[in-house]
Order: sequence, then C-alpha cells, then structure tokens
Amino acid sequence: MSATLRETGENFSARYHGLAPRLPGPPDLRRRAADWFDRHGLPDTRDESWRFTSLRPLAGIVFSRAEDQDDTAPSLLARLPPTEAPLLVFTQGRMRADLSRFPAGGRAGISVASFANEPSFGNVPDSETEPLSALNTMLAEDGARIAVAPSADGGTLVLLHLASGNAEHPPAFHPRHQIRLGAGARLTLIEIALGTSIYLHNPLTEVVLAEQAELLHLRLQDESAAAFHLGSLHVALGPGSAYESVALVRGARLARSELTAAIVGEGARFALHAAQILGGEQLADITTVVRHLAPGASSRQSIRNVLTERAHGVFQGRIAVDRIAQKTDGYQMNKALLLSEEAQINSKPELEIFADDVKCSHGATVGALDPNQLFYLQSRGVPKAEARAILVAAFLGEMLEAIPHSWGRSVLEGAVQSWWKDRPV
Amino acid sequence: MALLEIRGLAAEVEGKPILRGVDLSLPEGEVHAIMGPNGSGKSTLAYVLAGREGYHVSAGSVRFDGEDLLAMDPEARAAAGLFLAFQYPVELPGVGNANFLRTALNAVRRARAEPEIDAMKFLKEARAALKRLSMSEEMLKRNVNVGFSGGEKKRNEIFQMALLRPRLAILDETDSGLDIDALKIVANGVNALRGEKFSALVITHYQRLLDHIVPDKVHVLSEGRIVRSGGPELALSLEESGYAGLVAEAAA
Repeated sequence: MSATLRETGENFSARYHGLAPRLPGPPDLRRRAADWFDRHGLPDTRDESWRFTSLRPLAGIVFSRAEDQDDTAPSLLARLPPTEAPLLVFTQGRMRADLSRFPAGGRAGISVASFANEPSFGNVPDSETEPLSALNTMLAEDGARIAVAPSADGGTLVLLHLASGNAEHPPAFHPRHQIRLGAGARLTLIEIALGTSIYLHNPLTEVVLAEQAELLHLRLQDESAAAFHLGSLHVALGPGSAYESVALVRGARLARSELTAAIVGEGARFALHAAQILGGEQLADITTVVRHLAPGASSRQSIRNVLTERAHGVFQGRIAVDRIAQKTDGYQMNKALLLSEEAQINSKPELEIFADDVKCSHGATVGALDPNQLFYLQSRGVPKAEARAILVAAFLGEMLEAIPHSWGRSVLEGAVQSWWKDRPV
Repeated sequence: MALLEIRGLAAEVEGKPILRGVDLSLPEGEVHAIMGPNGSGKSTLAYVLAGREGYHVSAGSVRFDGEDLLAMDPEARAAAGLFLAFQYPVELPGVGNANFLRTALNAVRRARAEPEIDAMKFLKEARAALKRLSMSEEMLKRNVNVGFSGGEKKRNEIFQMALLRPRLAILDETDSGLDIDALKIVANGVNALRGEKFSALVITHYQRLLDHIVPDKVHVLSEGRIVRSGGPELALSLEESGYAGLVAEAAA
C-alpha cells in the first residue's frame, strides 16, 4: 500500500526536478520544500494528524502537470446564479484573463495580480515542512494575488476554481493565492471550486488581515465527485481584525481542508462556520489549528456534518492559547447527522492552554434523523424524501441563514438543495 | 359506504397486542367521539390510522373512501384527506412554521393534482385562518412548535387542520392540558369545518370537550375493542358512572 502511495509522491518530486529551472519566483523555498518532500512524500495514517484520513485512493495515480486545454469552463460557469460582481476565474489552477471580470481599475482600492506574473511565497509558517503546503510550495505556478488598500472597501470578489479533469491522465495543480487587506480594509471573498472527472486540486491560500481589517470569506468546495482536493488556508489576524468564514464542502472523492489561524493581534475575532455534506464513498476532512498569540481575542468554530451512504467525515480542531493570550474566548463544536448505518464521523478536539485567564470550550454530537419529526412531516402530506431534506436543511439552516451576503447565500443554499437531487433516499 | 370503515382491526406494538378487533363505521359528515380509560388503545388507533411506524396491524381492514388505507404511506393518507392532530405535537427546530405549513399544503395539493399556491396567497389564507381561530400572527414566524406552550402546540394543530381542510380529522386527546379558553378555540376550529364534507374522530378521555364539540355518536373503547356505542348522552352517563361499570358489563 505505502509503496504505491510513495510512487505517487515520487512522481510529484520528479515533476519538480524536471520543471525546477522554469518555475516562477525565488527558488530557495521551493528547494527546501522539495528536499522535505523527497524525504517524506505523502503522509500515511501512521502520521498522527492523518490518522483518520487515508490518502490511499491516490496510490498508483500518476498525476501530470496541468496543460492548457479545451475545457469545460463555460458549462461549469453556467451552474452558478448570475452575478455582476468582479470574477477571477482559474482553470486547472491558471488564471484566465479571458474568462475573468476584473475589478474596475483603481475602484475601491482593490488590486489583482497573478502569481505567475508576480511570484511571491508570502509568509506562511512551515510551508515547506507540512505535506500539503510543501507540495504546493514545490509546484505552484500560478494563483491570485488580491490586495485591498488601507481603509478601502473592496466590495465583493468571486474567486472561481474550475477544473476539467481527465480519467486517463489526471492533472494536478497547485495554485498559490494571497489575499491581503490593509488596515481598516474590508472585503467579501466568495470562493467556489467546481470540476469534472479526475484531478488533484492542491491550493494554498494565505490571508493577511492588518489592524481592524474585516474579511467575509464564503467558500463552496464542489469539486468533481472523482477528484481530490487537498487544500490549506493560512490566516493571520492583526489587532482588532475580523475573519469570518462560512464554508460548505460537498465535492471530491477525498478532500482535506486545512486551516491554520494565527491570531497575532489583540482583540481579533475569528469565526468559522463549516459544513460537510457527503455521500457515496466520499471522505472529507476539516483540520484546523487556531493559535491565540495575543490577548483578548475570540475564536468560534462550528462544524456540521451530514453524512449518508458510506461517507466518512473528519474534524480535527486544535486551539492553542499562548501564555500571553489572556482573556481568550475560544469555542469549538462539531455536530454530525448520520443518515445511514455505514456513514461515519471522527471528531478530535484538542485544547492546549498556557494562559490562566481564558474561556475555552469544545463539544461534539452525533445523531440520526428523529423518526418522530419525520412522521410529523409525513403526516402533514410531505413525502418522506422531502421530509428528510427539510430536516437536514434545518440542521444546516442556522449557518446558511446567517450569511450576510445574498448572492453568496444563494450559492451555498443552492448547493445544499441540489445535493438531494443525486441521492436515493 | 361510510367514509371510514374499520373492520376487525387488530394491532400490536413491540409484539404486545393493543387493538383486538375494532369495528367502526364513520359516515361522511359525522363527528364521532371515542372515549375510554387509559391504556384502552385510543392513541394506538389514531397512530394506526395515520400510519406511524412501529404499529403492526395483525388483522382486519380499514377502508377510507373505499380505498385500502393501511396500504398507503402516511403522506398519501394526508393527501387523501386524513389529518391527525397529535396528542404531543412535535418540535421542529430550524423549520419555520409558515414554510412548514406552505410545504405541507403544497405537498397535499400536488398529490391531488391541484396547483400549488404562492407565498403571497398562502400568507393571506394563513392570516385569515389565524384570525378566525383568535390566534396571533406571531405563530407564523416561529419555528414549528419550538418554545410553544402546551396550549399553543394544540392550537397550532388546529391551525394546520384549518389550512389543510381534511376530509377526516382525528383529534388525539387534543383537549388534554388545555384551559377552558384554549379548549373553546380548539372546539371552534373543529366546528367551523363541520359540514357534509368533513368528518372527525374525536378521541378524548373526558366528557368536557364534547360539551363544545357535540358528537353524532360516541364509542367506548376498552381493552382494544369497542364495547359500547351510543348517542351524545352516552358520554354524559360515562361522566356520572365512570368506565368501570361499562367495562365490567362488557366483560360479562
């Protein structure tokens, strides 16, 4: 088993060594990432942080560099409700100026560039020694660089990741995105990943919020059901800044969404409301590390899982409170609704608290749909399948209804509603 | 043929026989009361008619408007015009009452091949029904039964009944736990629907509700069988003499 997973990893290393002279940006960090990756390869379940999430489905797959090709971007685009908002479109990890609608020049103090044109690896901790980050650092070729000037309101920006996979020669792409908000700046960023067939999407996203900056980050991961999503997101929060995210995971055969938040500024607020809705043989993993490195900050994490058929959900959440981070208010809750006998959830909370005046709590619940509630709906004429959908929507409703952006809300709600269309009940 | 024909109905819960051969005929347009002591099978009868899981019918038949009721899913029974007012209405956190009612109404309309009604028209009808029942519009904005008092939950059942306009309503101890004002609201809700096209089975332990909903017939259920049937005066005599005499008489 590990032999073939090792081969998949070696294949990435070989690609780096073949491409290295042509890859954009400063070579040193890439080389360190490649050295680390050469030695360690892809992690297996003996690695404590990968205990519940086996990458075995990747074993034996030879991923190739994503080439420009005729793609299915227009039909994927048509799945979304219309919007007037500026739109950055990536296909196979490459920015597509021809499909994008850039923010009007200078307006609102928002600027957009690409990693291919302005390569910079930013300041992501351990980005050459954590498996998913190292893979990205080694092979990143493009990405979005978004900056909002101090005090500016950047409005809404949609970041679309489209992928046309290939069953015979699955492509892998490793976009490197960077979002920087200056002091007091604001932005609503809506990220949507869609695709067809088999591919590996390995994005790394760095978010840096200066003092008092506010980012609303809405995310929909709706990759192809045969695809792999291995992403990491790194958020740095300055004093008094606010990061609020609502994220829905419903795609990919195997997905791991890592999120690390470094709360370096006093009084910053971090909030993650995430849901994983999975069926078939899907496995999806949300792994978070929230580091409180300054006093008086809050972090809220609320995770919901809806799992049916043989789906497997994982949530690992660590809250680390540094000695100086007094008056920290940390909260974490993972709830799972299991709709079948075979569905499973793993939940692993970890609290590491070194300050003495903090409030930190965590919890987890697992349950099935309540037969009394189902019968009540049916007795009012609601067919069983619809009744189940209503109760699942209610389970997720609180999170979706609270989204303070109507287009973003409609995208996420639509993704929950359409999930039922493909499901036998 | 009567709207509801129950013949020799026997049912068990977790292997324990509860109904032991119920015969009952409810003609269209009539309201019948079913009375009986605790444990006589009143609620089981209501659940078997509504199609709740876990109630195993071991013998007998139920025809609703000539159709085999027991072969239908709960939602099909509702679409055919059956409505159960629950003894313990269920809370649905995260489900708004207005949305719930419109979904239910449209599900029933779809099943009957009637056009769905839009949100505006629904709100208009819902408000009118609330007004007739002396209920607050606030009811529409809340989650289904969440945080409702016992009386509010029962009134919400009657409100649903008013909107869904069933052909047959089964009221399962809707009077339990109600004060006299709430009891009158419930009774008014039922009486407002009374007519040629509306029938009801009113299940109750006490005579009290029957002062306000005067039944055409009263049946006494005991140990899973109907042991006595009569006019409204039967309820009154039960109030005076209790069930004990009747049950002994039936056993003799």
